[in-house]
Amino acid sequence: MAEPLLEVRNITKLFGSVIALSEVSARVYRGEVTCLLGDNGAGKSTLIKILSGVYRPTEGQYLFEGKSMSFRSPREARELGIATVYQDLALLPLMPIWRNFFLGSEPQKSWGPLRAFDVASARRRVREEMAKMGIDIRDPDQAVGTMSGGERQSIAISRAVYFGAKVLILDEPTAALGVRQAGMVLHHIVHAKRRGLGIIFITHNPNHAYPVGDHFVVLRRGRVLSDCRKDQITQQELINLMAGGQDLLKLQRELEEAQTAGNAEAAGV
Amino acid sequence: MANSTSSSTAPVPLKTDERIVRVGFFQGLFRQPEIGALIGAIVVWVFFAIIAPENWISVNGVARILDSSSTLGIMAVAVALLMIGGEFDLSAGVMTGTTGLIAGMLAVKAHVNIWLSILISLAFALAVGYVNGLIVVKTRLPSFIVTLATFFVLRGANVGVTRLMTEQVLVGGIDRTAGFGAARLLFNTEFSLLGATFRTVTIWWIVITIVATWFLQRTRYGNWVFAVGGDANAARNSGVPSDRVKIALFMVTSTAAWLVGMMSIVRLRSAVASEGIGQEFIYIIAAVIGGCLLTGGYGSVVGASIGAIIFGMARVGIVFAGWDTDWFYSFLGIMLLAAVLVNNATRRRAEAVSVAAAKARTEKEEET
Repeated sequence: MAEPLLEVRNITKLFGSVIALSEVSARVYRGEVTCLLGDNGAGKSTLIKILSGVYRPTEGQYLFEGKSMSFRSPREARELGIATVYQDLALLPLMPIWRNFFLGSEPQKSWGPLRAFDVASARRRVREEMAKMGIDIRDPDQAVGTMSGGERQSIAISRAVYFGAKVLILDEPTAALGVRQAGMVLHHIVHAKRRGLGIIFITHNPNHAYPVGDHFVVLRRGRVLSDCRKDQITQQELINLMAGGQDLLKLQRELEEAQTAGNAEAAGV
Repeated sequence: MANSTSSSTAPVPLKTDERIVRVGFFQGLFRQPEIGALIGAIVVWVFFAIIAPENWISVNGVARILDSSSTLGIMAVAVALLMIGGEFDLSAGVMTGTTGLIAGMLAVKAHVNIWLSILISLAFALAVGYVNGLIVVKTRLPSFIVTLATFFVLRGANVGVTRLMTEQVLVGGIDRTAGFGAARLLFNTEFSLLGATFRTVTIWWIVITIVATWFLQRTRYGNWVFAVGGDANAARNSGVPSDRVKIALFMVTSTAAWLVGMMSIVRLRSAVASEGIGQEFIYIIAAVIGGCLLTGGYGSVVGASIGAIIFGMARVGIVFAGWDTDWFYSFLGIMLLAAVLVNNATRRRAEAVSVAAAKARTEKEEET
């Protein structure tokens, strides 16, 4: 197998006496989706923050393109092409799509000493880029706040892809969405993957993870419970892992619900 | 979801598409933040045109309105930029007095060259703007409170220092200093056009409005201003230097106050300690009438200038109508409320239209 694009080895993170993560290893390859699953409190958020450069691990190695990394800020990680799309998306609801899309990296044109924001090009390029993701924007002037949750996720994802992300870390992108909208986001994940990005998809929903994932890392109480490829696990087993296999009666109920949702999801994707 | 128009059930999506295009046109018109102010300005103009047509509809009437709106307009433009950036500056009004007093006292009492006095005054304004901004971004306190403190400090110092230096509450005789004529020419002089007397302040105001609009709409810094006002944290996450943008906006406001301070002293030939007090709310109101949201992240510089024109029209219109000027503020209150209601209604309508368009599109997605 080729060298992983991004890899963490035996990461441990302590907050005072609290062990948030203990010897966690995970990796993502180019053109593949690694799903990071875990219930609340499993350590997903801590791991995302380490991957995106917000925290530094107490122990363990962080490798990007084969080189050992120690980020001082999320900006450093982003400049190398490790883009994180957080749940709040860093979008401004009152601003039009094109202003949001290019925020912080506005295309410019010069008039002698004056440098202007190339608005016409921004409007055109945002349509082109969104079209590549399979989204047809009729009006780039539409305020982002008036768009649906799935559409907003799509803008945030295509923005990261456009600005040269090699690794895309998606923090629960489907959490607040309905079935149809979640399907749309999963569709974009597959799109970005086909463009050769390595994707780390954080979720607590195995039904969202299984259709798009190539690898599954299940976290539980700060430890890796399971790390396997798609051909090594079925959707059912993944759901079982998530539930922990402890309370069987409770699990049975959850399974039935998940099955129904899963069927609807499969029809949606 | 993208190419739903190319699906086999052609008639239905086509119909929906037509509707979206039609809605898009009105949406574009009503989505402009200044549309409410423009409607308000037309209403006020027509109102006085009916009540006092002979004075109102004349070149002289226009000149009077512009004279009355200009310095307010310059401040409203700067305050609008700051408000779009998510902050207030309550020291902006008193600052017009402080900068005038500094330049006046240096020139008259300390016999400093008038141009040097003006530059020192500018340096002071920039420093106060910087400190205002720095405190706001470092402490994360509301700028309302921070600049309220600056307001009181400057208000006290204006009277205190002036009385100490001159044993009066004004600095007179600025017109007797060397170079006054040139300063007057630069900042605030009169000229005739079509038989009426206009002031260069109006030209300053128009140029500033155009430059500020270009800056806000057509430069990356303008994009950053909208972003820091909408959500400074999200802006920072996108690589915008949020703190620097906010500090710069406070400095823009204090520089505008300096400019207006200079315009005031060359016109009055003296600097008055009470100058500008109470004006800070007028600036904010003009910006709000012009479509700026009090919560930041949305607004228009042109709208703020139109807001200033509404004020100017009210001030001049009351005189032309022969009413007691005591009623000015009552009239202003009614105008403010009316303008804000119009503003609110148009914005709601624009939002409702946008939401309807988004809903129509989502429904279409569900169908395919």
